[in-house]
Amino acid sequence: MADQRAKSVLLDVRNLRIEATVFPPGEAPKNIVLVHDVSLSLEKGKVLGLIGESGAGKSTIGLASMGYGRGGVRITGGEVILNGRDILKGGKEGFRKLRGREVCYVAQSAAAAFNPAHRLMDQVVEATLLHGTATRAAAEKRAIALFKKLSLPNPESIGERFPHQVSGGQLQRVMTAMALCSEPDLIVFDEPTTALDVTTQIDVLAAIKDAIRDTHVAALYITHDLAVVAQVSDEIMVLRHGRLVEWGGTRQIIKEPRQEYTNALVSVHEIEHQEQKPGTNPFLSVKNITAAYGRSHIKVLKNVSVDIYPGQTLAVVGESGSGKSTLARAITGLLPPEQGTVTFDGRPLANRLADRPKEDLRQLQMIYQMADVAMNPRQTVGTIIGRPLEFYFGLRGRERDKRVAELLDKIEMGKGFVDRYPAELSGGQKQRVCIARSLAAKPKLIICDEVTSALDPLVANGILKLLLELQKEENVAYLFITHDLATVKSIADSIAVMYRGEVVRYGAKSQVLAPPFDAYTDLLLSSVPEMEIGWLEKAIKGRRMASAGN
Amino acid sequence: MSSPIVKLVAQRIALGILLLLAVSVLIFAGTQILPGDVAQAILGQSATPESLANLREQLGLNDPAFVRYFRWLGGVVTGDLGTAMSSGQDIATSIKGRLWNTLFLAFWAAVVAVPLAIILGLIAVRYRNGWVDKLISGLALASTSFPEFFIGYVLVYFFAVKYQIFPGISTVYDGMPFGERMQAIMLPAAALTLVVLAHMMRMTRAAILNVMQSAYVETAELKGLSAFAVIRRHAFPNAIAPIINVVMLNLAYLIVGVVVVEVIFVYPGMGQFLVDHVTKRDVPVVQAVGLIFAAVYISLNIIADIAAIVANPRLRHPK
Repeated sequence: MADQRAKSVLLDVRNLRIEATVFPPGEAPKNIVLVHDVSLSLEKGKVLGLIGESGAGKSTIGLASMGYGRGGVRITGGEVILNGRDILKGGKEGFRKLRGREVCYVAQSAAAAFNPAHRLMDQVVEATLLHGTATRAAAEKRAIALFKKLSLPNPESIGERFPHQVSGGQLQRVMTAMALCSEPDLIVFDEPTTALDVTTQIDVLAAIKDAIRDTHVAALYITHDLAVVAQVSDEIMVLRHGRLVEWGGTRQIIKEPRQEYTNALVSVHEIEHQEQKPGTNPFLSVKNITAAYGRSHIKVLKNVSVDIYPGQTLAVVGESGSGKSTLARAITGLLPPEQGTVTFDGRPLANRLADRPKEDLRQLQMIYQMADVAMNPRQTVGTIIGRPLEFYFGLRGRERDKRVAELLDKIEMGKGFVDRYPAELSGGQKQRVCIARSLAAKPKLIICDEVTSALDPLVANGILKLLLELQKEENVAYLFITHDLATVKSIADSIAVMYRGEVVRYGAKSQVLAPPFDAYTDLLLSSVPEMEIGWLEKAIKGRRMASAGN
Repeated sequence: MSSPIVKLVAQRIALGILLLLAVSVLIFAGTQILPGDVAQAILGQSATPESLANLREQLGLNDPAFVRYFRWLGGVVTGDLGTAMSSGQDIATSIKGRLWNTLFLAFWAAVVAVPLAIILGLIAVRYRNGWVDKLISGLALASTSFPEFFIGYVLVYFFAVKYQIFPGISTVYDGMPFGERMQAIMLPAAALTLVVLAHMMRMTRAAILNVMQSAYVETAELKGLSAFAVIRRHAFPNAIAPIINVVMLNLAYLIVGVVVVEVIFVYPGMGQFLVDHVTKRDVPVVQAVGLIFAAVYISLNIIADIAAIVANPRLRHPK
């Protein structure tokens, strides 16, 4: 048995150690260990999921199987045995012969990973031609067959297009075709669906899974989303801080996790929030708003109406381009609407930000997705949080410091952070500081624009819990913009589903998430990966039946 | 399908023409502000008020400035640049030969400098931060840091005086055989090459290095392409717009900024021509040369703009 496995082993990584040199500002360069003696093995034609939060070392390990290190990353120990030989001993020439032939790579953002200057076909067949494994005609034929297999539209001609002429989901599939084209033994998928909308992700995921099955290629599937990896992997390896946490079959990891950390990852979305009934008087009403950017005729918002009640959360959910962030811009006055009004406490708000009195500005605050670019990197946490206190309430000196300390306490960070700079904080801490800054204005409404999307699941969970607690304490309302339905389920009181600038479904959470659904909401809900083996097949089947019924 | 390109290119050309008109106004106004006028210059200090008045009447200098401007502009547009005061010759005819000489020199300097700078830039990126990169950057920087007259005289000292390979004075004449002409311009062309090389090389290096950070360069490396193929096939095509920009700036410099080098080598080009006529206070000639320089500068920059537009696949192949 053990012998049989040894024979069919494709990749055998032993005690891999990866280091990098970092250059902290104002300090001497230092060496850090990214991966501590990790071992793994992968049989031919199998899929191993590598999962963990950012900094877990999963991409680093994936790239190491190609002998590649980003920036100053170096493999300093261990062996990477592929097809029976240690690739780390091959030198630069050895790596070049291996890359694109034995191992191929599918990047997170295909939109960035394709060269904008060349046609897709030229890039897809490039590795095959480079390694001389097929003639151009044969390689192009193979590519077209792969385009078909990955259900790309117009497989015969899509290769003639340039990357910018193709959608993100399609590009991700073309990239998979590019990896498969040179018929490698192993493909490293590095978060291949993370940048996609949830309704696009499911199709790409199904296409990738079918392609892996049909071509018998082995794969390392790297992701932070356990529900996604459960659909495609035979085995899952959980990593944290560059160390192995747990390695086992997919069923065992998601059903019977042995380690506490794995358990935390599996049960990450279980936040309880009792839905509040909408009151009689919304304090903020958006009525029939229509908006467009510039003099464009394309309306980004079409006749949108929603109400927000004191101390409650309205979740606005939709895919990219659905107009959710534009709605926030219209409410805050950053983008004056062409038609419609925003009423606040029974009186209309000025359309333009510049025409609004300070008091109105104070009542509406915003938190953004990218906390690190929403803060001045040259200001300390104390200055950042203290600024609205000075601006809106004229607090100075000791009074201000006292309030800053209170706010830091509220976001569970403590006084020690007052003199820190944003660069010295983790992603979650940065977002907490942004929350404190918005709370400092004592607003009635905080608009949260994808505030947890850039964070790891466990950290995001912490932020959501904090937001819910603060809502209870401060009676602040949230307009919570997100593409993530799981988040919506855990924190919303009412939900607005947006699609192409329109609100297609709106009401209390229990109503919106209960059947009968409209077609789009159904599609959206059925696309959210569930942590269950076989979910993908079921969802795809359900979708085919639905489209056959139409 | 190419409608956005046509529109953008048309916009650039229209802007260029507008800019050129504005420059012509400035040049004309500048010469008007100078003390004395053409009549005074022709007749000299000892002219009587009557003869001055007569000549002014004759030359139309009493007309309002804008009338004279449009008369001048009309002439320029129809190829009549006026008559030189110092020699009484037609300016257009005498400039033609000079402009040809300058373009000839600039052309050969560019033929050497542009590919050399780009290739050196590529090599510097390939061996970035290594000794090859540092050597290339160091030499190139040294060559730009020295003033061009210094480089010119160093070249003359070694190649004309000490080893006598090339002439130290670049005399050229009409009907001169091509070979001799090439030999004559060798030293000024070398001096110009050294002057413009570093700027182009450094910008090529910076532009490509910028692109080397992109995800698609990583994709190319992970396909197993060699370092040089990655740079040539994947980085360079996306760095082309800034490179063309700096190349055009330097080409413009080769044509309008060669005064010093032409004077050193006594080369009968536009720069020398301009210097001669400035000393003679021959205003119509200075105006004409100024306008030609401006036209060269603006058109090269328009070409750079257009090249950048055309090099952008998003504009070339709209959705």
